[in-house]
Amino acid sequence: MDQLFDFSPVFDHHEKILEGFEATVRLAVVSAVLSLILGTILVAMRVSPTPVLRATGTFYVNVMRNTPLTLVLLLSSLCVSDTLGILVSDDPRTNYYWFGVFGLSAYTSTFVCEALRSGINTVPLGQAEAARSIGLTFTQSLRMIILPQAFRTVIAPLGSVLIAMIKNTTVVIVASYAEAAAFMKEMFDDYGASIPIFLGFALGFMVLTLPTGFFFGWLAKRMAVAR
Amino acid sequence: MRVRQIAAAAAAVALALGLTACGSDSEVTGGDAPKSVAQKAKDTKKIVIGIKFDQPALGLKKPDGTYEGFDTDVARYIAKELGVPESGIEWKEARSENREPFLQAGQVDLVVATYSITEARKPKVTFAGPYYVAHQDTMVRVDDDVIKKATDLKDKKLCKAAGSNSYKRVTEGPPDGKLNIPAKTVDASSYSECVAKLKSGALDAVTTDDLILAGFANQQKGAFKVINDPFTDELYGVGIKKGDKETCEAVNKAVTKMYSDGTAKTLLEKHFAGTGLKLATTVPQFVGCT
Amino acid sequence: MSEANVLFDAPGPRARRRNAILTAVSVAVLLGIAALVIWKLNEEEQFQGRLWSPFIEGDVWTNLILPGLWNTLRAALVGSVLALLFGAVFGLGRLSDHWWIRVPAGAVVEFFRAIPLLILIFLAFFVPPAVSPIIATGPLGTFQRMAVENFLFLFGVEINYGTVTVPAFAALVFGLTMYNGSVLAEVIRAGVLSVPRGQSEAAYAVGLRKNGVMRLILLPQAITAMMPAIVSQMVVLLKDTALGFVIAYQDLLHAGFKQVPPNFHNNLIQAAIVVAVIYIAINLALSRLATWLEQRSRRSTKSAARTLTAEGAPPAAGLGPV
Repeated sequence: MDQLFDFSPVFDHHEKILEGFEATVRLAVVSAVLSLILGTILVAMRVSPTPVLRATGTFYVNVMRNTPLTLVLLLSSLCVSDTLGILVSDDPRTNYYWFGVFGLSAYTSTFVCEALRSGINTVPLGQAEAARSIGLTFTQSLRMIILPQAFRTVIAPLGSVLIAMIKNTTVVIVASYAEAAAFMKEMFDDYGASIPIFLGFALGFMVLTLPTGFFFGWLAKRMAVAR
Repeated sequence: MRVRQIAAAAAAVALALGLTACGSDSEVTGGDAPKSVAQKAKDTKKIVIGIKFDQPALGLKKPDGTYEGFDTDVARYIAKELGVPESGIEWKEARSENREPFLQAGQVDLVVATYSITEARKPKVTFAGPYYVAHQDTMVRVDDDVIKKATDLKDKKLCKAAGSNSYKRVTEGPPDGKLNIPAKTVDASSYSECVAKLKSGALDAVTTDDLILAGFANQQKGAFKVINDPFTDELYGVGIKKGDKETCEAVNKAVTKMYSDGTAKTLLEKHFAGTGLKLATTVPQFVGCT
Repeated sequence: MSEANVLFDAPGPRARRRNAILTAVSVAVLLGIAALVIWKLNEEEQFQGRLWSPFIEGDVWTNLILPGLWNTLRAALVGSVLALLFGAVFGLGRLSDHWWIRVPAGAVVEFFRAIPLLILIFLAFFVPPAVSPIIATGPLGTFQRMAVENFLFLFGVEINYGTVTVPAFAALVFGLTMYNGSVLAEVIRAGVLSVPRGQSEAAYAVGLRKNGVMRLILLPQAITAMMPAIVSQMVVLLKDTALGFVIAYQDLLHAGFKQVPPNFHNNLIQAAIVVAVIYIAINLALSRLATWLEQRSRRSTKSAARTLTAEGAPPAAGLGPV
């Protein structure tokens, strides 16, 4: 029975676990930044006064949000990079890293967009009307009245999106870039599948997701708009 | 109160399941020695065979629901010799990473899926055959004139297909490897994925068994070439649950017959004619059933 | 944009002119992007008929894609039912008055919400065959055999001389159940908490006990309120079935993307597009259902609970209550 909880593979090869999580963090950080940028562009499109941009934004969001991430990442790596022959780097690991980031951001940005959009929608109409009536211009009311309020209400939803994205980095395994989940599988192959190895990786993900959650929860509470 | 209700519901479910279980035959998994696959095939006229589903010319699931390829034809021949008609064969997908667990747990009776006999696998699997000796070779894009022999693979980008050890023959020395030259590896879930990556230039070469490569080269004519510098012998065996010697002997008999009655030659030509591959048509030296 | 909007006033002549220019520019940019994509696809010869024609052949659908779709729906259906069950047990468990139920239930829910679904699938797929022979020789050997023979066999789990094998279907369903179940546990908890306090106070006042309050007063109202959130979690679950691809579950993605291309000149892009369209169609239908339920529930006067929105995921682990 002791064999079941033999943690020695975890301790002896902890550098492998760390290596896996290093890749995960690299994916998560860059994808988070890119998703925020893309998501902001998307939300700008979706609330813009131009019907063409609104329609395009809505179409993109509906398509991406309803496609499994596995397929999005396969499309990004196998179809766009491999079949169309578009390479961003000669080094395969760097190349697939970027296509993993692209796929993950293309998918996550739609959730960022929706979180931001519902944030804008929570700002009461009267706020904008009041801003206009005291003579603020469009940019002024956006910058000083609407966005500060919208931003505060989206902290918690954005935190959820970010945490979901951290967990979703595991799906990049299908895009030929090895991160924590791929390292876990490799350790299963090399040292035999075992519960301790699983627990080692589960702990790693909890270290990433739980503090992020607490931080955003704390921030959301601190910044809450009294309404 | 609520908890008590949930507990009661859980108990009811458990009871219901327990009752259905009473009817089931728990003898099947009892402690008796397992019946050999050959015996079972003869008695029930049924057999479960693991093959590849996505390897052209070896094991491929067709849109019409049938299976084709050299491995599947060999499997059909062996099944026939074991007394199972084609209608009694159930095909299952055997991927490189699930072959051993499937055999150990009896989810498949035989594995005929480009399964090389290696020292590392011998403790886990009993191998009949080999039914063919393939060689590891290298495939490159047709316009590539840098890689002409296996040693040219130094520092090149190679495919690391999940569950396959072919890349190790290049990057490592004995016992697992062979050439021991450094190269960059790229993960892929299967060799068909490797081939897509080779086409784009994400890979410089795909190195694995020549039969697999010939299948792909033949499927996408004019895109790839095999460099024809074989550097290992890959003994394609029929995987059988560890210790089932009776079945192993029966399969070996079938393989011998397959070569002596000319079926092997017909099958090899059917699937690999025109690929430029040198086909061996004499029965390979068996490794013996252990 | 005729209706009032928090961002814009009704446009005047200058704004209308500016909007017209913006429209023209964005149309030009979008057309440019589309042209670039089409040009690239054409250059790589992705518009050849032979790459697309497989998808108008009956065989490809009846023997490859539809069986795959059925496997996807099967996993999603079984996963949903079990996840709801899991969610109900642990969601209500977290609301228990007894700490020895509340705390473990909370720990389980938070654990499974904090880790990725994929490593749960790997756990269920790879670990049992490796560790079951060890368990079989230990004191739990009989229990293991009973568990498989009496219950787990329903999912195709097999035991042979002490080795337990988990088919891809069961491993996928396990992951979907644990992960989505703990998300649903939070939805259900939030649903019950969203019923105004006065409801349960009134119920206690008329003499109902804990059981009756939950069963007769809180749950009926909570279910109406959380239906949209539950249905939209089903969309997430359905999308998550595609992870079965990683362990070779023969789902829609596997059938369309792994089995079709080797037969037809490796038409990966075409296969990906067709498969994506199927997923999108199913998920859009489910999302419509969620929105419809949300609107119906908002209009409904039968429930005093605040309707949980179908938009966006419920807060992740550590973020506190909805």
